[in-house]
Amino acid sequence: MKYHLDFSWLPQYAPDILKGVMITLELIAVGGVLGILLGIFCAWARALGPRWLKAPVGLYVELIRNTPFLIQLFFIFFGLPSIGVQMGELTAANLAMVINLGAYGCEIIRAGIQATPKGQFEAGRSLAMSPVETFRHVVLVPSLQRIWPALSSQVVIVMLGSSVVSQIATQDLTFAANFIQSRTFRAFEAYIVSTVIYLVLAVIVRQVMTLVGRALFPRRTAA
Amino acid sequence: MIEFTTWDILRNLLLAARWTVLLSLVSFIGGGLLGLALLFARISPRRWLSKAIGYYIELFQGTPLLMQMFLAFFGLGLFGVDVPAWLAAGMALILWSAAFLTEIWRGCVESIARGQWEASASLGMGRLQQMRYVILPQALKIAIPPTVGFSVQVVKGTALTSIIGFVELSKAGTVVTNATFQPFTVYGFVALIYFALCWPLSKSSQILERKLNVAHRNH
Repeated sequence: MKYHLDFSWLPQYAPDILKGVMITLELIAVGGVLGILLGIFCAWARALGPRWLKAPVGLYVELIRNTPFLIQLFFIFFGLPSIGVQMGELTAANLAMVINLGAYGCEIIRAGIQATPKGQFEAGRSLAMSPVETFRHVVLVPSLQRIWPALSSQVVIVMLGSSVVSQIATQDLTFAANFIQSRTFRAFEAYIVSTVIYLVLAVIVRQVMTLVGRALFPRRTAA
Repeated sequence: MIEFTTWDILRNLLLAARWTVLLSLVSFIGGGLLGLALLFARISPRRWLSKAIGYYIELFQGTPLLMQMFLAFFGLGLFGVDVPAWLAAGMALILWSAAFLTEIWRGCVESIARGQWEASASLGMGRLQQMRYVILPQALKIAIPPTVGFSVQVVKGTALTSIIGFVELSKAGTVVTNATFQPFTVYGFVALIYFALCWPLSKSSQILERKLNVAHRNH
């Protein structure tokens, strides 16, 4: 049997694809920013925080890192409403991504924090900086700079992982591909197109992360 | 309406978890074997070969695993064969794991000092002998912790096979939810079973890293 690839549907469905791309980008923008913030907080809690905070944060990190994103998503979207927490599919997708990136980001950032020599912390304190100031200026910023490449990779991984949010009917890029293949029966072509777009998005997200890194750590040379 | 006890739910999920374990093993071992073959090509002195494998890795690391599964599922179908979900799932997972494992192992091989290559070459060893007797034994020690760590990703990756219709733990979770209307309990259990599978792997990866590192320092 001979099969001919047919992309003639492409112009007609381009708006659907574009809409999907926008949703995917929106998800990673919100998920990326909030996830990194959550990661910073959790890294602080695990590395330097009070003892009563260490255990619950550790449990959260281990739970998220050792379960599939798909199940986290299903638990949030299908499971939580039965205890009265209800949300739309976009919110659920965003929440799941923030929680997921928060846990992975925590471990990456924590590695950066723990690589900070103890003397730096003491030096900051001896300059009469408060513990919070010391953490912010002396510990956190150099730590983030140190692990920024790893964190960027994780953001890309979460973006690629976000393709499963189509399973709770969030209308992202994968959802668009599913929609197109159900209309045109050109499944292979639809997924080829979306796979290529994901590849491009991965490159773009990585570039954006590099630029953000340069903006955040201007006067230092990249490690 | 039939009443379901908690045990009914858990029992069905555990039965389905066997498929998750089986698929993980197949993917990890298959991916490992393919990864080893790709590793030799990746560090080959032939530029074009090493580059081609580099693109392969880039492709699989830069696209969602879900897309790879869809492509395997519908791509195999293009040859006019009826593709069972397990075949597409297994194939996609093997290709995906191989890409990651190759890259992990390449890092390990490259961390071996250049002098080791030169020393073994000066002893008249061929490339395969160098790998077999000098480089791989040393690289293996460095490679074990990240490799075990990656096995966690494989177990979690198998969850996506539920989307192309392979019945394993995640799919069973959906099926059981549809029968019992208890998503909170069911997905809670599903998450716990995954955790029970993955956590020992994560933990042993951490412990191995610490152990092997200590051994390294004493050299």
